[in-house]
Amino acid sequence: MDSGPRAIARGRNDEAAMQFWIIQTLNSIAFGGLLFLLSSGFSLAFGLMRIPNLAHGGFFMLGAYLGATITYFGGSFWLAMLGAGLGVGLVGILFERLILRQLAGNVQGQVLVTLGVSFIIADLCLLIWTGDPWTLPAPAELRPPIRFAGFAFPTFRLVVFVLAIVTAVALYVLMERTRLGAMIRAGVDDMEMARGVGIPVSLLFTVVFCLGAVLAGIGGTLGAPTLNAYPGLDADMLPLALIVVILGGAGSLLGAFVGSFVVGFLYNFGIALFPDLAYFILFLPMVLVLVFRPQGLFGRVVS
Amino acid sequence: MRRNWLALVILAIVLIALPLAIRNEYYVNLASQILIYALLAVSVNILLGYGGMVSLGHASFVGLASYGAVLMLNAGFGHLLSAVVAIIFSTACGALFGLLALRASGIGFLMITLALGQIVWGIAYRANTITNGDNGLRYAERPAPFGIDINAAPNFYWFTLIVFAIALFFVWRLTRSPFGAALQGARDQPRRMRMLGHNVWLIQWLAFVLASFWGSVAGLLFVYYNLFISPHAIALQQSAEVLLMAILGGASTLTGPILGAVIITLVKNVASTYIDRWNTLLGAIFVIVIMFMPFGLVPGLRQLWLRWKRPAKAERAA
Repeated sequence: MDSGPRAIARGRNDEAAMQFWIIQTLNSIAFGGLLFLLSSGFSLAFGLMRIPNLAHGGFFMLGAYLGATITYFGGSFWLAMLGAGLGVGLVGILFERLILRQLAGNVQGQVLVTLGVSFIIADLCLLIWTGDPWTLPAPAELRPPIRFAGFAFPTFRLVVFVLAIVTAVALYVLMERTRLGAMIRAGVDDMEMARGVGIPVSLLFTVVFCLGAVLAGIGGTLGAPTLNAYPGLDADMLPLALIVVILGGAGSLLGAFVGSFVVGFLYNFGIALFPDLAYFILFLPMVLVLVFRPQGLFGRVVS
Repeated sequence: MRRNWLALVILAIVLIALPLAIRNEYYVNLASQILIYALLAVSVNILLGYGGMVSLGHASFVGLASYGAVLMLNAGFGHLLSAVVAIIFSTACGALFGLLALRASGIGFLMITLALGQIVWGIAYRANTITNGDNGLRYAERPAPFGIDINAAPNFYWFTLIVFAIALFFVWRLTRSPFGAALQGARDQPRRMRMLGHNVWLIQWLAFVLASFWGSVAGLLFVYYNLFISPHAIALQQSAEVLLMAILGGASTLTGPILGAVIITLVKNVASTYIDRWNTLLGAIFVIVIMFMPFGLVPGLRQLWLRWKRPAKAERAA
């Protein structure tokens, strides 16, 4: 038997290790939730319009900056979230109507245009909000950690996770239980036929694209307390959304959900345990999925 | 045909005499930069123009070759060995990336190359112990091929010009070879090509490997030019810039990407002396070119030239 102090010290170490794993697991879950907000709209728009919106990382960053600005001028966190969602949604509508619409049918051109717009968004954000990171404090009521069984749980991250679940359920109900959702699913599965039976597919494009932008904007604000808003946030988030969709399959809500949490866990634990190799760790599941199931885990069509 | 050769010889003389004519070191260096970007644009155009595959990860080969070479050099290896190993390493990564990216076609291909390019960027950025992260890696001196010093701006320009000419000749031969024809066939009619017994996948994969090889060569020139490599040089903007060069000039032609590289590099250098917003300008050019000039300048100009020539012929006939 160990003597007293050493056992206590080891006990503390165990406790610290336990706390590390708990915190990292919660961080991963919260980050997975953020990724779901980012990539669900991305994936739905991709499934319907057949184009990955490469400005989606820019939408997320814009949401973070807008949210930070609204709280800077005295707005509450929840107002900031709403404002960022609406603001980015408006940008999304304008972008879809004024630019993407002009290139209907030219998928390659559309993708490259989204890339061009992502550069413009990133550069204008740098112009407006400068190169210094903007912090956005979590709402005051969510800052004290929840204590349970002797461990501290970060409240805000739990709330992010809960909000992501609520969004997932809402999107599921929208897609599976409403007329609009049925029309979107029809468009994803067979656009020509959907048009043929009178579904206004081009209107759906705007709706889905805007929905994706709103979710990205809200995600940006929700992510800002943990990630901050900084130049390059877009370039950090876009590959994660791409990998989520490559893993989960384009146009699949379930795929985006599962993919988000897989990437959330791998990325977060990767950064915590092997900071140099975090990106490389993401690479492995992508390779496996591409080799064995190129359409993604839950994708129906090979893109 | 003879007139074409004459034009080529004159162009070659002009290009060789360029540093003697302009003398100013800044402009000679600018010319070297243009050649390096032109080589990159020509290499990505093997995929884009002839193969119909849009790659958004081409800058990763610049990174793999550059980091490979500098890491070898800093570890004490000689220039020749470092260059060869860097090119082989980078091309081998290209072969692997090709295997993955060609699991999908069209937009899927684009997304996978983008994700791979960002992963290479992310490793360069995050793996501090190897790549020195955001600060990048430095190297002291350029190599001296066959004992010739290429530290001076004109010498480096000629060195780059020779490499560029070899690459261009290779790509020109490639596009006129049976392989080039098969690649274009695989772009336009993959199902018919398969019917005719061609292995479409293999053709596209070989094109990917060749493109990554010449991209790696351009990357090596890039690091010799700058004697410095950092993650910024291999970011998504770089891949997009190179792609834009090819599209702006005209991806369906051999000369288009070169013209695109000349224009974009000049605009970038001129613009960056006056404004800080190069990325906004880059994005705007991107949007405008794709919306209003999807086939690029060279095919457009060629059409204008023909339209201008044809009425003259008609007059002569009358």
